[in-house]
Amino acid sequence: MTYSDDPRLLVIENRLRRVKNIVPIMSSKGGVGKTLIATLMALLSAENGLRTGLFDLDITDPSAHIVLGIDPSKIQPIEEKGVIPPKIHGIKFMTVTYYSQENPIPLRGFEIDNVIRELLAITQWGELDILFIDTPPGLSDESLDVLTYLRNPKPIVVTTPSPLSMKSIEKLLTVLIEQGIDLLGIVENMVLTKTNNNIYSLCKKFNVKYIGRIPYDPEIDKAIGDINSIRNTLFYKYLKEIFKQIKEKLIYDESI
Amino acid sequence: MVHEWALAEAIANYVREYIGEKTALKKLTISLGELQSIDKDILDFALKEIFKSMGITVQELDYEIETAVLKCRKCGHEWELNKSIFGEDVLEAIHFVPEIIHSYFKCPKCSSRDFDVIRGRGIRIVRIEVV
Repeated sequence: MTYSDDPRLLVIENRLRRVKNIVPIMSSKGGVGKTLIATLMALLSAENGLRTGLFDLDITDPSAHIVLGIDPSKIQPIEEKGVIPPKIHGIKFMTVTYYSQENPIPLRGFEIDNVIRELLAITQWGELDILFIDTPPGLSDESLDVLTYLRNPKPIVVTTPSPLSMKSIEKLLTVLIEQGIDLLGIVENMVLTKTNNNIYSLCKKFNVKYIGRIPYDPEIDKAIGDINSIRNTLFYKYLKEIFKQIKEKLIYDESI
Repeated sequence: MVHEWALAEAIANYVREYIGEKTALKKLTISLGELQSIDKDILDFALKEIFKSMGITVQELDYEIETAVLKCRKCGHEWELNKSIFGEDVLEAIHFVPEIIHSYFKCPKCSSRDFDVIRGRGIRIVRIEVV
């Protein structure tokens, strides 16, 4: 089926009609902390009293549920003219693991696209101030679907100070900017020193806001799955400041 | 109301866009792929309700059941799926997201999960006949 032949694509906009802001957390490089940032930013958003959703779009390797510490075999969306995502720690959370459980889910690209179309077509998000989207690395189906199916996404791009990561996100930024996407900015994660200003330069080059940095936190892995422990980490403390900026920007733009 | 409603809404929106200003259909033919186990009666009820709310009349809603056929990319084996091997939980998961079959099923010949559903995945509009 082509884009216009698939009836599911016509209801996606309806399903997201009452979502004020769609914020994909993106990076073309893997292992930079997208899942932690997406999941914990959703947690901070809910703690700030905002109506918040989180959609794990890493279809073949979903892991946001692990950060949230839930067993997807014990939780299921409610069926109501589609499916209503369950609320986890105040976040409306949607993931393919409700269906795949902890089994492998090896899929070809067109199948990933099909899963995304299906989930976007059946998920009833209701009213949300912010829907965070955890995306997988690369510039393939999931990233392209974010840009094609979602109305006015406002991505946050994540990178580490590594030249490998920075070179990689330059390509992502090029794609986002040439499509006229309004980025919220760049977050620098796993920072070991404060002496490197390379990412500032990158932000300047692409005229994108540098939102902030998160130091490398060796303790964060031990806290994954336990929200109370996560709240006591250095990672969470720094992410709080970053979220504060995001919130202020969305308030300034009158979009929440 | 189960999730057939969401899919019915997608079909109805598509039909509305397809027929433009017109408001009457002679016949709408929909293919139901066996893999997704769509409940025909619920889908039929939802479609009628949604079309009514849109002011579109449909003289006949016709459904074709399409057998699920899979083909392994690794060894080339092609076979019809026998869903009776799955438990209720798995059928329910596949009902929501048919691609989930890759989480629970392998090629019976070579055990690869790299197979295609070449027919009978889910809902498909076959024909729209306008009055």
